[in-house]
Amino acid sequence: MIPVNHYIILSSVIFVLGGLGFLIRRNVLVTLMSIDVMLNAVNLALVAFNRGHLKSGPLQTYSGQSHTGQIFAFFVIAVEAAEVAVGLAIVLSLFRLTRTVRSDEAHLLRN
Amino acid sequence: MTGLGITYFYACAILAVLGALGVVFSKNPIRSAMGLLLLILSVAGLFLSLHAQFLAAVQLIVYAGAVIILFLFVIMLLGPTAVTSDDHTGLWVRAFGGSLFALAGLAAIWAVYRAGASGRPPAALGVPDSAFGGIGAFGDILFSDALVPFELSSALLMVAVVGAVAVARGRQGERTLSRSELETTRAALAPGPNEEPVR
Repeated sequence: MIPVNHYIILSSVIFVLGGLGFLIRRNVLVTLMSIDVMLNAVNLALVAFNRGHLKSGPLQTYSGQSHTGQIFAFFVIAVEAAEVAVGLAIVLSLFRLTRTVRSDEAHLLRN
Repeated sequence: MTGLGITYFYACAILAVLGALGVVFSKNPIRSAMGLLLLILSVAGLFLSLHAQFLAAVQLIVYAGAVIILFLFVIMLLGPTAVTSDDHTGLWVRAFGGSLFALAGLAAIWAVYRAGASGRPPAALGVPDSAFGGIGAFGDILFSDALVPFELSSALLMVAVVGAVAVARGRQGERTLSRSELETTRAALAPGPNEEPVR
């Protein structure tokens, strides 16, 4: 059986990679994908903690097993779908205005 | 059986890290999207090993079926401009910020590793019953205890769809600003010479 902290370490590695992509890339599409990577890492941590703490916490089924982390991950997926839809719409809007998807070209409001 | 479980975990973990590396370091956004797909598939596999069958299915349907397709549509719509040229302005600032973040993340990973390796063996995981993580358990909770956030998330998705359509459609008769028009717009937005700049 894999202990829970292996999953947590893997999740933090993926989160750090996503954060790096968010910080160093200038393509808006890749930035959005990096946010997705980070949210996936968070989901993995939530589900792993849920597996490690089966009997404690709210949101229990009739058999007394807590699903808090899994329900939370479910809502994270829903929020993430909304974020991608709105984010890509903003990317299209930016592209229509400036003909590029570089984030440092979006400086209409500078000064 | 345990050996098989360990092999499965490490295979999924390596694929997930490879996918994340592909997202971050690919020049072409299409390859980034493929890396994201690999990451999503392996995270769904890890969900399966954590007794979250329904979440694994949702992950495949929502991410692989909707989000990746949406990304690919937008990349195809943008065409060759989706690939941004690599320039080196501000490279040092970005590299400094990125390495600072990576150092903090590595410190956190090390702390988790130390906490896990500190002597006593990890507590044995509880044995979930067969309904754990299945669609029955999810429906049971979503329509009793988690009803309010469930309904709120449907409202959120509705608002997001309307907002996405409103933002992406744009105004009728709108056209692209040329570079000189962009400069004019910026000059009009900038504070004038005899105007005190806002601090």
